Amino acid sequence: MLTDFLLLMKQELLLVAIIFILVFIKLGSKERSNESLLNAINILLLINLIAGIFNSQTGTLFGDMFNTNQLFIFEKNILNFGVLIISLQSYDWLKKHKHLIEFYLLLLSALLGMFLMLSSNNLLMFYLALELSTIPIAALCNFDLEKRKSSEAAFKMIISSAFSSGLLLLGISFFYGTTGTLNFAEIPATLNGNALQIFSFVLLIAGFGFKISAVPFHLWTADVYEGSPISVTSFLSVISKGAVVFVLVSVLYKVFEPLSEYWYTILFLLSLLTMIIGNLFALRQQNMKRFLAFSSIAQVGFILIGISGQSLEGTASVVFFILIYILSNLAAFGVINLVSSKCDKESIGDYKGFYKSNPQLTWVLTIALFSLAGIPPTAGFFGKFFLLMAGAAKNNYLLITVAALNMVIALYYYLRVIKAMFMDANENPIEKIKIPFQPKLAMIICVAGIIILGIYSNCYQYIFSLIK
Amino acid sequence: MNEVPLTHILVLSTALFFIGMFGLFTRRNMITILMSVELILNSVNINFVAFNKYLFPEKLDGVFFVLFIIAIAAAEAALAIAIIINLYRNHQSIDVDDATEMKF
Repeated sequence: MLTDFLLLMKQELLLVAIIFILVFIKLGSKERSNESLLNAINILLLINLIAGIFNSQTGTLFGDMFNTNQLFIFEKNILNFGVLIISLQSYDWLKKHKHLIEFYLLLLSALLGMFLMLSSNNLLMFYLALELSTIPIAALCNFDLEKRKSSEAAFKMIISSAFSSGLLLLGISFFYGTTGTLNFAEIPATLNGNALQIFSFVLLIAGFGFKISAVPFHLWTADVYEGSPISVTSFLSVISKGAVVFVLVSVLYKVFEPLSEYWYTILFLLSLLTMIIGNLFALRQQNMKRFLAFSSIAQVGFILIGISGQSLEGTASVVFFILIYILSNLAAFGVINLVSSKCDKESIGDYKGFYKSNPQLTWVLTIALFSLAGIPPTAGFFGKFFLLMAGAAKNNYLLITVAALNMVIALYYYLRVIKAMFMDANENPIEKIKIPFQPKLAMIICVAGIIILGIYSNCYQYIFSLIK
Repeated sequence: MNEVPLTHILVLSTALFFIGMFGLFTRRNMITILMSVELILNSVNINFVAFNKYLFPEKLDGVFFVLFIIAIAAAEAALAIAIIINLYRNHQSIDVDDATEMKF
């Protein structure tokens, strides 16, 4: 009985253990240097990732409140992996920071919230986990305590997330009123598509839309991404978004299956708007972080196409795409993180002539941007291809055509950055950056992952086999 | 005994929700914005309690949900106030019009 419990909640319990270790280190009186602490934490995260992969079990706990299956375990491993990469990348920034342990406490608490959210089997549990995964992030946004932009970003984040959870709660309360249950297993039988249920469903989607920053709920995204420290921005844009997308897929497919004709229309409109507006705004950005914020909004539009496919391929392609998206976006953020922490330069204009001084970093950024744009040898192409294929199963060719056109627009603004780095001259270029070991390791893993996943396609089949 | 019908309570909670939403969009003071968010959450609480009492009196799901919402609203308010204090140190103001460094 106890071993069942330990094995089923293994990933969550490991995270809790790490959080407790960090709390005790913080409370202890012994002075430790930031470097040794960071190395210890990275090793702990690596152990966490490896232990999560092996010997996992599936089942339910706590009277159906918590359930786990092979797909969820795989998704949690992806998130663990992303957090390890982010931790390696932020080495340079955290080395000088005096609140290093608090950073990890908040980061890992948010990750714990995401794990519980994935495994939740009840609307109450889902809401609690969602809040656990957003409140610490709002605190993290404020982590550059003395910067004006950082506190502005944190305020925007906390108010917009509070408002979005208000909408979500109103939706849940009407659901409770019409169905009389909060349990995911019992909801589908009670859905009959009356007006109040549709209304509350729209509110629920709005709550999700805020978290994955789908247009028209995207207004907080660019500001929060620009103001927060870059490590937090990369966490927000890949881990937090990825986790909510995973949950959205499983909730829509399992719980709201009877309402599928309604949510297909909603997803159709949302993905059209998200792709077009995300891309058009990305065209005019001058700041690297804002640029990646709008590009990540546009990527969400593609993800929504995959979800709208409503099939096994839909789930598999979304999970596969998130994996690739984590790799490519983190590679891009890794470079930006280094440049920002060494030279404090963030605008696209500063990247002119980047190739002359830092050829290695330029190649990493180029491969990442190619993968985000979806150019064949990189993994991003297959990610987008599977998403569009899953979406095309519904025979809605308008959506697929618009998506294909948007990929062309996206290519323009990704290439604009690449052109600036390789071709444009600059009198005051970014000086040669010495890359520390940890960020270098993270970048090598990301680039290798992008290229290997682009050539070797068994990963998609593996995800597909997990769902069956 | 003439009981208050459920619709009256729902009208109350919906009104409260929209008052909160109106305050969120029109107020310029950060603390007042935070209060508006609390109004939204409280309107949801009324909804839950009313549904539980009138429609499903044999279960307690709605009441439990309210307890958790209250606790989380407190946590959220605590964090938001901490952020506002820090913002005040940087900007010397808690007016949202003064914290507009990032636009479009």
